Amino acid sequence: MKHTIAVLVENKPGVLARAASLFRRRGFNIESLTVGTTEREDISRMTIVVEGDNRVVEQVIKQLNKLIETIKVSEISEGSVERELCLIRVHAPPEKRGEIVELTNIFRARIVDVSRDSFIIEVTGDGDKITAFIDLMRQYGIKELARTGKVAMVRGNKR
Amino acid sequence: MRAADALVKALEMEGVEVVFGIPGGAILEVYDAIYDSGIQHITTRHEQGATHAADGYARASGKVGVAFATSGPGATNTVTGIATAYMDSSPIVVFTGQVPTSMIGNDAFQEADITGITMPVTKHNYLVTEAGDMLKTIKEAFHIAATGRPGPVLVDLPKDVTLADVEFNYPKKVSLPGYKPKLDGHPRQIKRAAELIMESERPVILAGGGVIISNASKELTELAETIPAFVATTLMGKGAIPETHPLSLGFVGMHGSKYANYAVQESDVLIAVGCRFSDRTTGNLERFAPDAKIIHIDVDPAEIGKNVGVDVPIVGDARKVLARLKKHIQYKQRKLWEDRINKWRREHPLKYSRDGFKPQYVVERACEIMPDAIVTTEVGQNQMWAAQFFKVRYPRQFITSGGLGTMGFGFPAAMGAQVAFPDRTVIDIAGDGSFFMNIQELATCVKYEIPVKVLVLNNGYLGMVRQWQELFYKERYSATCIGCEKTGFEAIARGFGAVGMTIESPGEVDDALKEAREIDAPVVIDFRVDYQANVFPMVPPGAALNEIIDIE
Ligand SMILES: Cc1ncc(C[n+]2csc(CCOP(=O)(O)OP(=O)(O)O)c2C)c(N)n1
Repeated sequence: MKHTIAVLVENKPGVLARAASLFRRRGFNIESLTVGTTEREDISRMTIVVEGDNRVVEQVIKQLNKLIETIKVSEISEGSVERELCLIRVHAPPEKRGEIVELTNIFRARIVDVSRDSFIIEVTGDGDKITAFIDLMRQYGIKELARTGKVAMVRGNKR
Repeated sequence: MRAADALVKALEMEGVEVVFGIPGGAILEVYDAIYDSGIQHITTRHEQGATHAADGYARASGKVGVAFATSGPGATNTVTGIATAYMDSSPIVVFTGQVPTSMIGNDAFQEADITGITMPVTKHNYLVTEAGDMLKTIKEAFHIAATGRPGPVLVDLPKDVTLADVEFNYPKKVSLPGYKPKLDGHPRQIKRAAELIMESERPVILAGGGVIISNASKELTELAETIPAFVATTLMGKGAIPETHPLSLGFVGMHGSKYANYAVQESDVLIAVGCRFSDRTTGNLERFAPDAKIIHIDVDPAEIGKNVGVDVPIVGDARKVLARLKKHIQYKQRKLWEDRINKWRREHPLKYSRDGFKPQYVVERACEIMPDAIVTTEVGQNQMWAAQFFKVRYPRQFITSGGLGTMGFGFPAAMGAQVAFPDRTVIDIAGDGSFFMNIQELATCVKYEIPVKVLVLNNGYLGMVRQWQELFYKERYSATCIGCEKTGFEAIARGFGAVGMTIESPGEVDDALKEAREIDAPVVIDFRVDYQANVFPMVPPGAALNEIIDIE
């Protein structure tokens, strides 16, 4: 099962390496990991998606808590808003452009760059939506693709 | 003030009295600064020796041990010592020199990414890139090393940082927003634990190294007497209760006594304190203490539930939690259980064959002749015989590399312990193979008049490995005969300026030990023991704790 874990850490050099090293050393499988600063620039937030049973996740959380720079670890798998961003460069010959634009609109994605024979499309959403969109784009020929991995936040005032 | 001078001043403020290390280019400023300070510096012959010595000092005294090393090879030589301290939660702070900040990352001469290398084996580490951060970092390093679950901290100091000019304002407090060890233990869990204990008919306490580290022996012994419960210890927990105490079962696990193993296996409540359920202690986890409800007290939440499922988790400092727990307990006699354990004790005492010259005999005599000595061990059969036959009387008396199992640890650790306690007898119970791994520190002992006694149980083999080959590899003794019967440890000792002796029969043992005890200088005794002696009882790897091989 997949679990999403949010980690607030002090924004210091080496923190990411420490967290990553901990995962590697204990053999935890990271599915995705995103990092960025928060509303405070001395604090960063990592969103980590791990695959594993409850025992694994419990250990992951406890081990992350052990890092000296860790301020707070929470599992936010339930009741959270989860988003991922993906950029896709898709082959777009003139005769297909209409179709691609239409699909892009249906998915509330955006074309952010146009060149002679390709588009770059930006799509955000949960993982399933992005995967579905990517699958649709495959028929036109995907030339390049970049996914950010997930960021997440709990709904409402619950923090 | 030069940052290097500020560093030394900070060490003084932390109460550091002695540092073990070896100088080199990148840490020369620091060495220049310590030259006329009140801190003693002991120059070891290898940086591994320095870190083990700092570790031995820390384990014996309960204070933080400190080691210095230069950049690159000096720093990498400390890694085994750091990893050893990490596995056994020993508080040390290691300062390494580093190439100047402008050269970091350029593969400069004697550059190694020591913070990267030691990340998985330190509790925390630092690369100080701004001289202005150095004092704050030192304060944090000592705080982190000594509090919560202790452990090694490394501080890497680039040359230009130690050279820079700083103002000396040593912080009084640390500010680490995420680091707040929980010490008190949850009152509701403590109550639940007490209820379980009161209901139990076959309670056993399993005491680990955490009891020693948190100075909780008194509280542990009192709790054991109040319940009453028998106490088995892990290897690291030896000394948590005096092994002469009627409730002590000695140590449990792969080479623990049968009665300790049976008691743990058949307990209905197991009160595990400051132990991490290592595989050497538990045997086969699936069949570990099958009827027991498990109460686990540990200051490190990540230890709870890591290896063994727990019924009552209590996160907190052993000393505080045990004292509180005792308040909820009333004495209740459990006659059947007591009789059963005492019967096991009578029927299955630790024993060995008395034919020939047996290593166990040397340990037994050492325990008789120097009962209060601080004992360190190397790793292998010597370590297990020391654990079986040296009855430890007080906490911090028995110092051994339990987690990493580092051959070469015992001798420099003994050196560190002796520096902490110059007036006590300190012995290293050694195997010939292990002694070789840091034998060069004999020179350090001689130079600084550190009168450690090394009892080499010389069987000419990497004995413990040989034992496994005998039992599990059809006696194919691949690469374990190291032939130390040809090595003259007596002459080697003399070559270093120490005292050497060779002992070939049991009849000479007592005199040699007594003589060594009286000599105020480092002594090496080469005991030419039977090479075939094995450590029994033994729980084979993968077997349950009560599936034991023993001699007839
Ligand atoms: C640094 C290191 N290398 C290898 C080992 C693997 N090992 C464990 S016990 C042992 C043999 C120890 O031999 P010795 O020190 O002579 O002690 P004995 O078992 O004979 O008492 C070895 C090689 C180890 N524990 N540490």
